[in-house]
Amino acid sequence: MGAQVIPLESLLSARTVWRAGRQAAPAPLGESTGFAALDALLPHGGWPQGALSELLIPAEGVGELTLLMPTLARMTQAGRLVALIAPPLCPYAPAWQRAGVDLRYLEIVQPGVDNRSRGALWAFEQCLRSAAFSAVLGWPSNADGASLRRLQVAADTGQCLGFAVRDSKHADNPSPAALRMERVQGHWRIRKCRGGQVPSQGFAPPSPAVLPG
Amino acid sequence: MLWACIRLPHLALDAVLHDVDDPARPLALVTGPAQLRTLHAVNAAAAEAGLRPGMRLTAANAVSAETALHDHDPERDARAHRFLAAWAYRHSSLVSAQWPGAIVLEASASFRLFGPWPQLEAKLRRELDALGFQHRIALAPTPRAAQVFAGLRDGYALSDRDTLAPTLDRVPIRRAALPDEAGVRLHRMGIRSLKELRELPRDGIRRRFGLPLLEHLDRLYGTADDPLDCYQPPDHFDSRIEMGYEVESHQALLFPLRRLVRDLAVYLSARDGGVQRFVIRLEHEVLRREAGVREKSHTDVAVGMLAAERDAALLMDIARNRLEQASIDKPVVGLRLLARELPPFVPAARDLFDTRPSQAMPWPQLRERLRAKLGDDAVYRIAPTGDPRPERAWRPADVDDDAACTAPAPIRPPRPAWLLPQPVPLRQHGLRIVSGPERLESGWWDDDDVRRDYYVLETAHGQRAWAYADPGKRGEWMLHGWFA
Repeated sequence: MGAQVIPLESLLSARTVWRAGRQAAPAPLGESTGFAALDALLPHGGWPQGALSELLIPAEGVGELTLLMPTLARMTQAGRLVALIAPPLCPYAPAWQRAGVDLRYLEIVQPGVDNRSRGALWAFEQCLRSAAFSAVLGWPSNADGASLRRLQVAADTGQCLGFAVRDSKHADNPSPAALRMERVQGHWRIRKCRGGQVPSQGFAPPSPAVLPG
Repeated sequence: MLWACIRLPHLALDAVLHDVDDPARPLALVTGPAQLRTLHAVNAAAAEAGLRPGMRLTAANAVSAETALHDHDPERDARAHRFLAAWAYRHSSLVSAQWPGAIVLEASASFRLFGPWPQLEAKLRRELDALGFQHRIALAPTPRAAQVFAGLRDGYALSDRDTLAPTLDRVPIRRAALPDEAGVRLHRMGIRSLKELRELPRDGIRRRFGLPLLEHLDRLYGTADDPLDCYQPPDHFDSRIEMGYEVESHQALLFPLRRLVRDLAVYLSARDGGVQRFVIRLEHEVLRREAGVREKSHTDVAVGMLAAERDAALLMDIARNRLEQASIDKPVVGLRLLARELPPFVPAARDLFDTRPSQAMPWPQLRERLRAKLGDDAVYRIAPTGDPRPERAWRPADVDDDAACTAPAPIRPPRPAWLLPQPVPLRQHGLRIVSGPERLESGWWDDDDVRRDYYVLETAHGQRAWAYADPGKRGEWMLHGWFA
């Protein structure tokens, strides 16, 4: 095993290694999540730009959309495109509209049944890479580490926000995502955030049902 | 203006030789009614064997039995003529194929691009040789003079307008390509050259030969304008590549497909148009042994886009994805690309100083790529509708249907962000009713009657469910959505 020598400077500049105790320069400002309490926890003051964020949930419908809705609403109202890649359930247009999403800028990509998982991964990567979207949401249920790395690179290339919503059982596996948040017992715990220390406290968003009706 | 005339003395023969395997074999074209079959044209090998055009078929059979005989098809000649006009259009914007067996093109405007006449002429000859058409080329200040010179001396070039008249004056009357065989009649009258014809009183010529001859003379000498029927490229694209062998894999089709698509893109940019849908036709040929015939069939792969495009790489990308979806169950012997609708191309407006990542792809282009690979219905938007029934309160919206997406949904009690495609039974312990019931009783007008009491429930795990039960009952919950 010939260990390759990598200068510390390159690791620091790539922000794969950072100095504890010193606030890393928040060079690219994050995209605000719309929740002041969450923004304060995240190193860049919001979702990491041009990177993949992973949301780990025990089941569908535990508040993952409540977490994202302010961001999606703000983007679509500004005329920026948002894509949903192979959503597991039907996004219900009246509710999304009531939450403030401008449906003109919400594109849904739903591959046919026969190649759903492969087609969805491919479409996810294409949309991230294209720079046509401000945010791309995907549900890569059986993506392995290599696929996630591709997605992360694609999000970096396309400079857009990538959100991968996955099952909590993947929480213990390593992931190349810049931010990992897990839904535990009614609040969001940050498991990993690039560019800063993992905050100890979680974030409890308002209850899911309190979508404005 | 300087006009080049390309005469095609053996157009009919060359058009046939173009398609046969071995052009060196003796070959003759046969024409005429069944009782009086005569040879229309013969190739060099057949001439060596003693065949001459105009010979009776029976005599020809007696002289040489090995000669392959083909029927002369005027339609094939016309096709070859059109093809050459299209080819000539690459060298000049003014091309006319109005005279049989000749193509006229305006050359002087092309000198800046292709170099002076000797270079352009060499280029024309090189390309015609490669295409396999025998030719005679001449250059003159008027198209008709060029046609006359091409008949008299191959390679003759006269660019000086002042010497045109003296030169034309010396042309023998029978070689001057006069209309309606006038040359022969004038020759019988003792007129030997164009000079002598021009010295005759115009009035007398008009009475004896009619106005067309005088008009022809004026246009020949350039004293009157010569309105030509200029060649216009056809407004559809149809190109075909024949494989030398049978192909059964997608991979092997990609190379010829790339050639066709590139041709299409070149054609589109020349027309300043785009293409919205085209067809890739896979041609099959199956040998039926029992019948001893080759049975032809084809598979069409239709490629449709939401907007007109013309970028070769994009078209190839889409065509390739569509082709990969198609199943090839029979060997392919030919590939054809047909595009009938060529709408004008409107390029997307883009900011000059727009800073975008290098691999950026605009959404319309990406949408085509996704649709090509995942299916036409794979990409959509959603819009609310006014129907009270939850499963009908939304619908997919078309690409240009912005109005549907912005139409506000009727104000109702809270609705979940996720809707299940089909309601499923919800069997869990510890369900707690958060709010409800909301009674929906609707749909009597289209025989899809719905009577439900909707509740917002909270599960033991803290999820908020949207479920319904039959009116007045609680307990047998049907889950219809999640407040995610």
